[in-house]
Amino acid sequence: MKYAYSFLAVLALVVFAWLGSKIPGMQYLFGVAIPYLAIMIFLGGFVYRVVYWAKSPVPFSIPTTCGQGKSLDFIKQDKLDCPTKTSEVVARMFLEIFAFRSLFRNTKSEIHEGPKITYESSKWLWLFALIFHYSFLVVVIRHMRLFLNPVPEWLQFLDFMDAGAVLQIGSPLFYASSAGLVLGVVLLFGRRLVNRQVRYISLLNDYFPLFLIFGIASTGMLMRYVLRDNIDIITIKELLVGLVTLSPVISAKIGSIFYIHVFLVSTLLVYFPFSKLMHMGGVFMSPTRNMANDSRAKRHINPWNDPTIKPHSYAGYEDEFREFMVDAGIPVEKELPPKADEEQG
Amino acid sequence: MYNKGTIIPGLIFFVLFVTFPVWFQGLKAGDMPKPELPPGGEKQCVMPADYMRANHMQLLNEWRDNVLRDGNREILEINGKKYPKGLQMACMECHSRKEKFCDSCHTYAAVDPYCWDCHLTPNEVASKEATH
Repeated sequence: MKYAYSFLAVLALVVFAWLGSKIPGMQYLFGVAIPYLAIMIFLGGFVYRVVYWAKSPVPFSIPTTCGQGKSLDFIKQDKLDCPTKTSEVVARMFLEIFAFRSLFRNTKSEIHEGPKITYESSKWLWLFALIFHYSFLVVVIRHMRLFLNPVPEWLQFLDFMDAGAVLQIGSPLFYASSAGLVLGVVLLFGRRLVNRQVRYISLLNDYFPLFLIFGIASTGMLMRYVLRDNIDIITIKELLVGLVTLSPVISAKIGSIFYIHVFLVSTLLVYFPFSKLMHMGGVFMSPTRNMANDSRAKRHINPWNDPTIKPHSYAGYEDEFREFMVDAGIPVEKELPPKADEEQG
Repeated sequence: MYNKGTIIPGLIFFVLFVTFPVWFQGLKAGDMPKPELPPGGEKQCVMPADYMRANHMQLLNEWRDNVLRDGNREILEINGKKYPKGLQMACMECHSRKEKFCDSCHTYAAVDPYCWDCHLTPNEVASKEATH
């Protein structure tokens, strides 16, 4: 049911934008006002979330260590999995962000007759995530050709690599990244349905972004390849260049599929900072990844510590409670001083 | 706020990355394309202008498939005018200057159609005939 609700929610957004954009005069709402609002909420929300996280103290040194830590000279340190220097942390973060290294380590466990438990490597999530994220990145970057005039040379090269260089299908040319994005979403969604454990823990807010991104990719592809009525790229680019130069105009009729696509993208932008999608910023903020495992070389001071509370050594503790300890028969390192007045009396 | 030294530059980088198209072209929209109308003054095309603006690439692709893959060289007749299916034979008879017609919008939208891998513009045809 959770995926059915997510699907219906995205469908409702599509119908809303479709019918809304047909009302005369509403084109400026869907093509200008909502996108502006969305990008402002996205940027503001993103910065707010990151600053909010940055305000949270990290009380302990908690890097996840997945390899041999720095020890004696003849024991080889696993520098990527148990970094002790900033440069090693940077290398580890780089591979995490660009190659999703932690997903590569994913394992699955199964109970067989016996009972006997087995563990085996499971790289599907890593593979699907890689397809999805890189396709999405290329899709976002190549959309810049619709915002920039003149279009820089490197962008044209990227476009060429994505379409004409590898595939030469149809006209307008089919993009490899379109296929990659849809394939990635479908595979990640399929994983949530097929894998029982993952299906059990999947929530509405796991399915919703998948449907939303599927909606964005499919409306984009429909607009490019199928529903081309009134999809004149020149009018569209005029509007989009207008948006980024703060003087938007809609000079001719644009097909509804365009407004649906833009509305879904706006929804994604607004939804982004307040959802799990913030892992984009969160991956940098994760203390288990961005700290070095050097707590034995450098003392990690808990920012919560009350400066008025001074260190209390065992010797000081015994000094404070010696009498009671002796009374209770607890051994002490330093005996009570002999009581002078008793001897006198 | 902790780790200001890395988080604030990181956030500034992120905002600049997202707003890239805004500052990259310095709020200047640049020129709109002005495709040249047929120099011969021809007003009629195989389809209305609105349709051609949005769908010409699909129409040309269909013609290409018809002619080269299915061998269907049927000549279209629209309002008494005959159009053989072909970029050079039909389109470029009227829209004779690629540089001023096709290229103006294609450059603006950063589209690089591979028509010209095989086809020649009337200008190129003329220059080849002159040299041979």
